[in-house]
Amino acid sequence: MTLIDPTAPAAAPAGVQTLPMAKAINAGLRRALADDPRVLLMGEDIGTLGGVFRVTEGLKNEFGKQRVIDTPLGEAGIVGTAIGLAMAGFRPVCEIQFDGFIFPAYNQITSQLAKLTNRHMGTQSFPVVIRVPYGGHVGAIEHHSESPEALFAHTAGLRLVSPATPHDAYWMIQEAIRSDDPVLFFEPKSRYWPKGEVDLSGNPTPLHASRVVRTGTEVTVVGHGAMVSTLLEAANLAEEEGTSLEVVDLRSLSPIDYGPIVESVQKTGRLVVASEAPGFVSISSEIAATVTERAFYSLQAPVLRVTGFDIPFPPARLETSHLPDADRVLEAVDRALAY
Amino acid sequence: MPTTQAPLQLLTPEGRLIEDDSTAEALAVVAELSDDDLQRMHREMVVARRFDLEAINLQRQGQLALWVPSLGQEGAQIGSAFATRGQDHVFPSYREAVVAYHHGLDPMRLIEYWRGMTLGGWDPREVGNFHLYTLVIGAQTLHAAGFAMGQLFDGLTGTGDPGTDAATIVYFGDGSTSEGDTNEAMIWAASFQAPLVMFLQNNHWAISVPVTTQSRTPLFHRPEGFGIPAVQIDGNDALASYAATRLALDAARAGRGPRFIEALTYRMGAHTSSDDPTKYRTDDDTAPWAARDPLTRFEAFLRARGAGEEFFADVEREALDVAAGIRRGTFELGEPPQSRMFDHVYSEPHPLIATQKQWLADYEASFGGAA
Repeated sequence: MTLIDPTAPAAAPAGVQTLPMAKAINAGLRRALADDPRVLLMGEDIGTLGGVFRVTEGLKNEFGKQRVIDTPLGEAGIVGTAIGLAMAGFRPVCEIQFDGFIFPAYNQITSQLAKLTNRHMGTQSFPVVIRVPYGGHVGAIEHHSESPEALFAHTAGLRLVSPATPHDAYWMIQEAIRSDDPVLFFEPKSRYWPKGEVDLSGNPTPLHASRVVRTGTEVTVVGHGAMVSTLLEAANLAEEEGTSLEVVDLRSLSPIDYGPIVESVQKTGRLVVASEAPGFVSISSEIAATVTERAFYSLQAPVLRVTGFDIPFPPARLETSHLPDADRVLEAVDRALAY
Repeated sequence: MPTTQAPLQLLTPEGRLIEDDSTAEALAVVAELSDDDLQRMHREMVVARRFDLEAINLQRQGQLALWVPSLGQEGAQIGSAFATRGQDHVFPSYREAVVAYHHGLDPMRLIEYWRGMTLGGWDPREVGNFHLYTLVIGAQTLHAAGFAMGQLFDGLTGTGDPGTDAATIVYFGDGSTSEGDTNEAMIWAASFQAPLVMFLQNNHWAISVPVTTQSRTPLFHRPEGFGIPAVQIDGNDALASYAATRLALDAARAGRGPRFIEALTYRMGAHTSSDDPTKYRTDDDTAPWAARDPLTRFEAFLRARGAGEEFFADVEREALDVAAGIRRGTFELGEPPQSRMFDHVYSEPHPLIATQKQWLADYEASFGGAA
């Protein structure tokens, strides 16, 4: 079964399909390639193999090797040449194979891509998307489970987003590609395989909007990517014990859409921010600081963070002790309620 | 084997044309240059050298934060710049004032840049596709490789029409050859057979570190290992630079893939206005290169072809005019608007930037009638 009839690639698909996130991103990329001939995919193993996670499976056959490009092995080369292709009028979508392998490209991303629009005083835009499979819970070896978002969020000129569901993944990858700014698209790899409903006919939520995904009254919990499913699990467990959590899916890490978060905190008076990344100088810290500035008189407890420890990502057999789970979220919820 | 070749030289340091079997192919493309072209090459070198000096003076007088002199490298730069066509794209590092001038960039844009008024800001499309300066060493080589890949993907190269086929040229220095980006650029350009000419100005110094620290092998031997044909030229010979670049660009435009040129030249001045070369080299080091000056050689060549005093006097007048214009223009620059910090960080609206821009405006306005 093909998701979209290849004989009519320009026709927008409609209806609801049940897909895992990896296939939802595949479908989103396919649609972006079909909609805009300037879109290119480039990265290691993304063509013939379809990517190590098969996110780009079948796309080289469908669109050809000049639009789905197996590059030499070098992350700086991938991003650096994507910058040049953007200058030549293309909209490159780079794949970095794993989170921990992005750093050879760090200079090209932070010192070049992020700054080039500003350096050009707006005479040239840089619509480059960098897809980054990230995060733990996959039992992997070193460099394959990291959450480096904050290192990029600190750099002006970049936009960062991370979908939590197949539906968002399908739409957000297309919106990221349409953005005239560089977008780092963090894909929570532990969520690649669970299936979810994808409404192919439309999406009302803007790329940089955060969203309440479960309403509640007593404590607001905020997270992004794979953490959102942990927060929803925590909310279910809390409900069994009579505690009502409101869950906010951040979706965008830069800029952060504080509207729904502040509104929720004004209602609940308590906030727990959770992420897999280390907490020191993190997205979680930023949210804690900003919500304290904007909703101080609504808060009935300090904003609490539940994060990975400030350590290198541990050997895989220790990762469940490192990564926050629903119980660690609920421990913080209890502390917030005890104030 | 390249080891046995002498660097391509068409003009002796005395300005005499070398005509033998080894120069025949290069002289054939030089023959396409008219006397007018040749005189314009000289004119642009002289003007660029004069405003280079003016900029150093302005820096010494506190008008510029920094200046990067191109003294001694005018021949390599002007020859390669003349070899490009209107459809080609040019990616500089940050010492290409002569190339910039040839492509029509107002020297005041460089003055603004080194004064701390802008981060670049010119539109390459308006100045002969001369792209912005890049300060992180070697980073621009990958941008150029990607741009050349785009030319290839768009079918702008290798059609067989040299009038429209396009290529990209990128400038970098001997220090840059030690950077990973420069090596990856060679890999990408070779892998995709992109129409890229990599123009290395080996000026023998990366600030204080001699080229012998960067490489134990002649630098033009390296591209061979990447599958890229390379030549070494006398970089103080503007004609050799023109011919080698023309041949390399012609090959790239014709779809034959990337080319590499190592131009042997010498940074006669300091690395930048902040540098002190007396710490690491002596007059004995520079004297042989002073005797190989690219302008002296070209002037002798033009005189032998019949250019008269009137021409050289006119060139000198123009150089002084341009320098005076730069001096005058610098004093008239004023300060950049605060909004410049915020307005182009993103192409699309961004709430954090918008909030901070507004905050600063309100903060400044709060002092408004209080005095």
